Amino acid sequence: MNAYNFAYLDEQTKRMIRRAILKGVAVPGYQVPFASREMPMPYGWGTGGVQVTAACLVPEDRLKVIDQGADDTTNAVSIRKFFQKTAQVAVTEKTGEATIIQTRHRIPEQAMTEDQILVYQVPIPEPLRFLEPSEVETRKMHALEDYGLMHVKLYEDIARHGEIATAYAYPVKVEGRYVMDPSPIPKFDNPKLESSALQLFGAGREQRIYAVPPYTRVVSLDFEDHPFDPSKAPHPCALCGAEDSYLDEVITDDAGSRMFVCSDTDYCASRREDAA
Amino acid sequence: MTPLLDVQGLSKHYGGRIGCADVSFRLYPGEVLGIVGESGSGKSTLLNCLAGHLGPDSGQVIFDTRGDGPRDVLTMSEPERRMLGRTDWAFVHQNPRDGLRMRISAGGNVGERLMAVGARHYGEIREAAADWLGRVEIAEARIDDRPSAFSGGMQQRLQIARNLVTGPRLVFMDEPTGGLDVSVQARLLDLIRGLVRRMGLSAIVVTHDLAVVRLLADRLMVMKDGHVIETGLTDQVLDDPQAPYTQLLVSSVLQV
Repeated sequence: MNAYNFAYLDEQTKRMIRRAILKGVAVPGYQVPFASREMPMPYGWGTGGVQVTAACLVPEDRLKVIDQGADDTTNAVSIRKFFQKTAQVAVTEKTGEATIIQTRHRIPEQAMTEDQILVYQVPIPEPLRFLEPSEVETRKMHALEDYGLMHVKLYEDIARHGEIATAYAYPVKVEGRYVMDPSPIPKFDNPKLESSALQLFGAGREQRIYAVPPYTRVVSLDFEDHPFDPSKAPHPCALCGAEDSYLDEVITDDAGSRMFVCSDTDYCASRREDAA
Repeated sequence: MTPLLDVQGLSKHYGGRIGCADVSFRLYPGEVLGIVGESGSGKSTLLNCLAGHLGPDSGQVIFDTRGDGPRDVLTMSEPERRMLGRTDWAFVHQNPRDGLRMRISAGGNVGERLMAVGARHYGEIREAAADWLGRVEIAEARIDDRPSAFSGGMQQRLQIARNLVTGPRLVFMDEPTGGLDVSVQARLLDLIRGLVRRMGLSAIVVTHDLAVVRLLADRLMVMKDGHVIETGLTDQVLDDPQAPYTQLLVSSVLQV
């Protein structure tokens, strides 16, 4: 017996969230307020992403959940179990086989397709937040396309560090209009925001949903003489040898040894399978 | 000659109290207008209404825009007014903390207006910032220091640089020398006077300090209880005040 409604949330709530999602898709990059629900997990663990996923799931879906690129970390495992229990959907670790992927802080290395939805967990949706504390003012700035302040931040980066030192949550402009925080993905992933898949962003505590529809233009902000650089650690993966994937630095002992491995575990594992 | 700013019947009430009432004047290009009066006389209210920070209850503020000629600022849309506020207009606050971003370097502060109107070349923005710091007598070596590391006088000069970098035509100043000691005041006034003359700026200076308007202003407006009670050339008003209140104001200045 299953005491839960399909995918935990009641139908009216899912309807409300779907409305917010539709509005977000209609106005790419615009943060749509929604009535975020209390979820059976703490804020900061992906309550926004879980609500968006719950509103998108159908019984035929195959779900993949990643946390920092990995399928086997606490956050990914518990959210995957949550939907197995409350929605009885099939799950997978293969990027290519999933229909919905909920992610925390990464975009999968394998290119996504039109049949897939990527759901991001977002801690702070407002890209201007640390520059302008007032919500009233930031909303006005979005409405009036008053984004000079964002470049002041990048200017400060260069003045202090000699380059744009922002390495994650790198601000982007969506379809030439809204400046958006792509959630704390590494800036290496920014070019992948221009995707064939539908990308949805859910911030539970901040009660905002926004979206980047397929094939939407997403430009990382920069200066003419300091262009955007999607950098990564200058190493190949120590396990699969990939040179084009984003790497995690793993400390292997207390004598300073370290290795660089793919942060996307599925990408790394499938490359090793293919090689074997 | 078209006036740069043509103000007609401007009034602002705070509930039952009067902020300013039925103020009309014209400001011509290159002219500096001083507004004096005691605390609570409505001079700051008037300035904030003119600059679009407060919505007046009635009246017109017609500004001679670069593109479309004379237009009523109060009926403009918010984006247009903001654009004006960072291109053709400048506002120097009494307290530099209100006009500066204290957590951002001096260079970033000066560059903000440039970036807000679309400058996207770091080298050029930095060059312009360095140039303007020089013009307000701040050493270029301090371009990456935060304003919180500056003295009060330097902060005020930085605020002026930040405002003038886009080459505005009209500058609003609210007690620009308030809170500074007299020698710093004198240098700042000298600097402002030089910049205003060289750039051919028009300015509206609100102050309670008669020495400031004597040095800066071509014309003077005296306010009391929200009303303009006397206007005229600065020297004329200060040397031969007509209204009883102006006479009181002029005679209240302490002689050293």
